[in-house]
Amino acid sequence: MPREKFNILRSPFVPLPVDNVDTDQIIPARFLKATTREGFGDNLFRDWRYLPDGSPNPGFVLNKPEYGGKILVAGKNFGSGSSREHAAWAIYDYGFRVVMSSFFADIFRNNALNNGLLPVQVTPDFLEKIFTASEQDPQTELEVDLPAQTITLLATGDQESFDINPYKKECLLNGYDDIDYLLSIKEKIIAFEQQRNQ
Amino acid sequence: MEPKTLFDKIWDAHVVDHIPDGPDVLYIDRHLIHEVTSPQAFAGIERRGVPVFRPERTVATADHNVPTKDQHLPIREELSRLQVEKLEENCQRHGITLYGLGHPYQGIVHVIGPELGLTQPGMTIVCGDSHTSTHGAFGSIAFGIGTSEVEMVLATQCILQPKPKKMRINVEGTLGKGVTAKDIILYIISQISTSGGTGYFIEYAGSAIRSLSMEGRMTLCNMSIEMGARGGLIAPDEKTIEYVRGREFAPQGEDFDRLAEEWLALATDEGAVFDKEITYDAADIEPMITYGTNPGMGIGITGTIPEPEGSEAEQASFIKALDYMAFKPGEPMLGKPVDYVFLGSCTNGRIEDLRAFTQMVRGHKKADHVTAWIVPGSHQVERQAREEGLDRILEESGFELRQPGCSACLAMNDDKIPAGKYSVSTSNRNFEGRQGPGARTMLASPLTAAAAAITGRITDPREFF
Ligand code: SF4
Repeated sequence: MPREKFNILRSPFVPLPVDNVDTDQIIPARFLKATTREGFGDNLFRDWRYLPDGSPNPGFVLNKPEYGGKILVAGKNFGSGSSREHAAWAIYDYGFRVVMSSFFADIFRNNALNNGLLPVQVTPDFLEKIFTASEQDPQTELEVDLPAQTITLLATGDQESFDINPYKKECLLNGYDDIDYLLSIKEKIIAFEQQRNQ
Repeated sequence: MEPKTLFDKIWDAHVVDHIPDGPDVLYIDRHLIHEVTSPQAFAGIERRGVPVFRPERTVATADHNVPTKDQHLPIREELSRLQVEKLEENCQRHGITLYGLGHPYQGIVHVIGPELGLTQPGMTIVCGDSHTSTHGAFGSIAFGIGTSEVEMVLATQCILQPKPKKMRINVEGTLGKGVTAKDIILYIISQISTSGGTGYFIEYAGSAIRSLSMEGRMTLCNMSIEMGARGGLIAPDEKTIEYVRGREFAPQGEDFDRLAEEWLALATDEGAVFDKEITYDAADIEPMITYGTNPGMGIGITGTIPEPEGSEAEQASFIKALDYMAFKPGEPMLGKPVDYVFLGSCTNGRIEDLRAFTQMVRGHKKADHVTAWIVPGSHQVERQAREEGLDRILEESGFELRQPGCSACLAMNDDKIPAGKYSVSTSNRNFEGRQGPGARTMLASPLTAAAAAITGRITDPREFF
């Protein structure tokens, strides 16, 4: 089924300079009881975002009014732990379209790509620059250019290119979906099964 | 012929198609599902109007949400109940076998797969759960997937996967007394970090690995994901074959003998090349315990908590973790107070784990202030434990055997560790809040858990030998 297409995104960003953000932090297990995909954004980073009494934690970046935008920038090894795709849904549902880090856990990366959320891996140096820029100006913007595979810190002009699997890039640019693709090669799958059974 | 690894032999035999510059289309032999990560996948195929392609290749159980007491009663918590009911409904509608609550085969998905013989060498096995790597103990390619991929498998019995790199981790030599498979894996993760395996599929080899029982091998492979690896596997040998033989869904008779030959031939060929290879000495491994909030933050039980090091961000993350635990660098772990002990999960909820724990506590009493949850990984494990009389020995020592499920491993049911309390847990994750909001988890083996339950503090299990 077609998805939202991704091309070039220019946006301020939310900095989360914490390493090893695991999917239990992104969306704690007790919020995994829904049977639909929607609404997980409300509980994104739940235990960091709210105090034990349920009120917003003013110290957490999502509650700071000066920060916003469609890009989440986090420390290294983002998305480790549980395979819960709910983590990608929660980030997307909250309104992010790009997650940036100097390192991603494998399953999270796959889950993000399967849901139209672009994981952008940058060098640790570039990540530091981004965090520094946001300390100076929370409204500073990034430009993510998927066709050119570049990421630019607009305030300084610093730029890096990023990797993405060419097939996944096509999918994102065109809003294709893997399941449509797999369904389209069903004959091949059946032929494979028959050959194996011999 | 070019020498091949165990991993390549299995992977290559399951590639339906290569997408140029893209992932492989990989055929899946066995698909396991549970209530938490499947409902949106069923909704997906229904929206597309496609049927489940090969329903006989998918098996379901309810494990994450289920209570570990009074399982005959309806689940009290409404959302948990709805999720379990949804699974029943979906399985019924799509012709999928379900071992739901009350069924004698119900249990944690990674415990029941092997015990029913659904898990076999040479297979590709996936489940919407990262600890699917457990099944790699049988010499299968088994890994966790997201819900979109669950939908792919339901719709086409295939997923799109880029082929991972290969790493071999050898553990050579003889394990010290009181050192278990859990300690080996906690040790490895503490050495290579929670991201050291990212991008790799790991083959475990070496004499210390060979010496492990199938249960031990499952514990080891189970936690491969905690170093970021897609999965881990061990070449099938006679132990593997003896474990699978005669199990309910294993091939029988001549079929079995023929397949067993094929399974033994899967082992990595002499001279096959890995992208990375590491060797550890079994003699360097002590009983392990974690002090922080990821499974890589582990040390030998007689050690002290290290000082922060590395980049500014790394130090900040390290200090944040210690603050959460209310621990300080330089402190010893031995003697730290313990409030809860959890024996169970897909890492250490099998019969051998129950036996090891019971053996240790036999003749001792549980410390008064410790709350202990002893949770078998499946109904079959529970039944066997009762048949062997483990429940009575546990009772004499002040412990109670509960009913199977994931329980306090992720605290989706009622078994939650209260905020600020310390738990020694045989599960696999010590993330912030994993065992309940504010809970402080220390991961360890069943033996170390037993020692902590008796003394009420972190204790070297070797003191009991
Ligand atoms: S026991 Fe824990 S890790 Fe294993 S499947 Fe259940 S929740 Fe996941």
